[in-house]
Amino acid sequence: MTNVSKKFGGFLANNNISLDIEEGIIHALVGENGAGKSTLTKLIYGIHQPTSGNITIKNSTVRFTSPRNAIDAGIGMVHQHFMLAPELSVTENIMLGNEQARLFQRLPLKKVRTLILKNAANYGLEINPDASVGSLSIGQEQRVEILRLLLRNSSIMIFDEPTAVLTPLETDLLFTTLRSLRDKGKTILLITHKLDEVLAVADMVSVMRKGEVIHTMPTALATKPELAKMMVGHSVLLKTNNSSFIPGEIVLAISKLGFRTLKSEKKLDDLTLTIKAGEIYGIAGVEGNGQSELLQVLTGLTPTGTIITGEATFKGESLIGKKAAKIRLLGISHIPENRLRDAVILDYPVSSNFIFGRHREHSFHKGAGFNHLVIKRYVKNMISEYDIRCTSPDFQQLRVLSGGNQQKIVIAREFSRPNISLLILAQPTRGVDIGAIEMIHKKIIDACCQGVAVLLVSSELEEIIALSTRIACIYKGSIRHEFTQDEVRDKRQRGREFMKEIGLHIT
Amino acid sequence: MINNIIKLLIPILSIFTACLFSILVITMTGRDPIMIFGKMFYAVFGSSYGIGQVVFRTTTLVFAGLAVAIPFKLKLFNIGAEGQLQMGAFAAALMGAILPASTFSPVAIILCILVAMVAGASWALLAGVLKVRFGVNEVIATIMLNFIAQGITGYLLTYHYAIPSTVHTAPINSSSIIPTFGQIIGWFANSPANLSTLLSIIIALLCQFLLFHTRFGYEMLATGLQPEAARYGGINVQMHTLTAMGIGGAIAGLGASNLVLGYTHYYEEGMTAGIGFTGIAVALLAGAHPLWILFTALFFGLLEYGGLTINAYIPKDIFMIIEAVTILLFLTFSAIGKRLQHV
Repeated sequence: MTNVSKKFGGFLANNNISLDIEEGIIHALVGENGAGKSTLTKLIYGIHQPTSGNITIKNSTVRFTSPRNAIDAGIGMVHQHFMLAPELSVTENIMLGNEQARLFQRLPLKKVRTLILKNAANYGLEINPDASVGSLSIGQEQRVEILRLLLRNSSIMIFDEPTAVLTPLETDLLFTTLRSLRDKGKTILLITHKLDEVLAVADMVSVMRKGEVIHTMPTALATKPELAKMMVGHSVLLKTNNSSFIPGEIVLAISKLGFRTLKSEKKLDDLTLTIKAGEIYGIAGVEGNGQSELLQVLTGLTPTGTIITGEATFKGESLIGKKAAKIRLLGISHIPENRLRDAVILDYPVSSNFIFGRHREHSFHKGAGFNHLVIKRYVKNMISEYDIRCTSPDFQQLRVLSGGNQQKIVIAREFSRPNISLLILAQPTRGVDIGAIEMIHKKIIDACCQGVAVLLVSSELEEIIALSTRIACIYKGSIRHEFTQDEVRDKRQRGREFMKEIGLHIT
Repeated sequence: MINNIIKLLIPILSIFTACLFSILVITMTGRDPIMIFGKMFYAVFGSSYGIGQVVFRTTTLVFAGLAVAIPFKLKLFNIGAEGQLQMGAFAAALMGAILPASTFSPVAIILCILVAMVAGASWALLAGVLKVRFGVNEVIATIMLNFIAQGITGYLLTYHYAIPSTVHTAPINSSSIIPTFGQIIGWFANSPANLSTLLSIIIALLCQFLLFHTRFGYEMLATGLQPEAARYGGINVQMHTLTAMGIGGAIAGLGASNLVLGYTHYYEEGMTAGIGFTGIAVALLAGAHPLWILFTALFFGLLEYGGLTINAYIPKDIFMIIEAVTILLFLTFSAIGKRLQHV
């Protein structure tokens, strides 16, 4: 790629990027959210077209107008969210978009099936070609995506955050696959923000910041702090100081909680746990093992028709069946997993978002409307306390802020609720840049030191280990293992090993 | 800033293009557009009666527009303003006929208006309840309710309430008649423009206040923009769905009372004449903004009465085409405008 730029309106998403990716290596592309990684991959994959500059593949300049062109040129992509049809079988999914048959002709299912088995054996991608995709685990689904690229004879494979949804074990398996793909001559472009993974698997690494490629070097010469510094632009603290605070009385007690959906699927099963004041209780687990349902119960957002058994009490008061607004009033704050969908109104100005969900607090009221003076003062305080980059909170829509600033607004609003005693955090730093992560972690620890109980649900094991006082491993809707405060304190020192140990309990 | 200019430019541009289009269509019918527009201009603005007619028609359209716009802020598409108008008009006519002539006039008027509002609101709420309880799409529900309203009023009129050999109910008693501007201060000659016009402006201002200056409006708009977030924020989404439909239907009822209590003084078959549908156009062109509705309603009021005045030269249907073309142009230009903002 030479001098490639991409503009969206006045916004320069990729600025004059020149990047050479050698054949037959694993090339990692790291950078914070909004650094322009996904734009760059979309340019390569033909989803967008560069405003200026050229992309050259094996000495011939290409200009893709759609992903179809890119696929034909041997470029394949494994998206972060898999593009699979759960109702169809593995074979059918792999053929999708490349049926090799006319509209009313019979599909060459048998032929493709043998091809799948052959490729699976070659690359160590074990899979049952007849299984329906809906019944596969996330790791297996990813294998289906990789096999699809192999059967299309892709020689350049782009992986967009491939480990975001995987367990540590599955991650290791994926890395083995990536290495074997490379050894057989495939070129791999790995998009990620996890520096450990880059160091573990990549041959070359390029760092992006603010739409530019800052530096490219062999991974062997790179160190983690160095890469982090290049990504953010200043040096960062990668460890958090977690004081060993002595927890107080029980704030949240959940006993034998069960959750059945309208379709009678069991999502929670006999789940029991307690959280004390002043501790951070981390729940580690692969997504989809009941975390979302647990949070729904605790925040009063269960869909209609669900059957809940067991009990969840907050300071002795039952939470089951209470409405969301009522639960908030008890002193429970909630940072939802999908903040853009749930926690903010994107088209509202920043200051209106600062009161969203708290708009019933009388101190903000004046007549039938709001007391804009009080709100202005509160917003100003929050903006300076949380270092939120926003020039005119009364007019700027929340939509135009960066992900980190949006999350800081949600955190600021929820952490500053009056008489708060339980914080429920779901993926509090997902999609947030390193600088903001640091500040959010600090605020979580501050809250905990002030005696607030914290329930932390995160798929980032690193985060769970760094912050939690106790760690519970959730699997298929119940707590399978709980690490005590002492265990966590001792094992935290041996990061990688501890991660693997947790990994065993959540799969 | 540029975005605001684009937003303002889109409706103006679509109206302008539609006017050019109408010149083309009139020419194609073999008439001289300048002559036609001259006659129309004279008929509308040449007499206080003409202006009064426009004011009267605009008033109904303001109500019909608001009836569509308020639910629209919650992403609810109220196609049923027509049926709500019909039910409201029928109810107002019956109430006006029942109340004795000796009733204190303001009381009688207010009672009739209230009955019209309740009738309109309950008709809209039926769709709201179906939506909230069973997830029935409100577009389909309101369209079906339009048919049902048509059927009910038609049946009741033909078999029970029509004065023999006519297609209208007995006239309302004098106490329930909303006085026209002509009767009070001598404006607009003997045109049907009546005090409802003031009410329509007040209601538009109230809607503006409700939407943008109250906590209720804050919750309502949030629900319309992001229903999941609203649930997280402790907002009762179902309650807001019902109130928005209810308010819309009640305002449609006000439009009906302008027609019955202010003009015809009885219910007549086909008297709503698609005003509820023009209301959709009024609301869309104004971006469902209560204050802008005052202006877009005026535009459609002009078209409607203007079309009527030159009926002798060109068919009124041409103005129906122009109305529809304006909306299509507006929707197209909005889409283009959005693209411009994002490039």
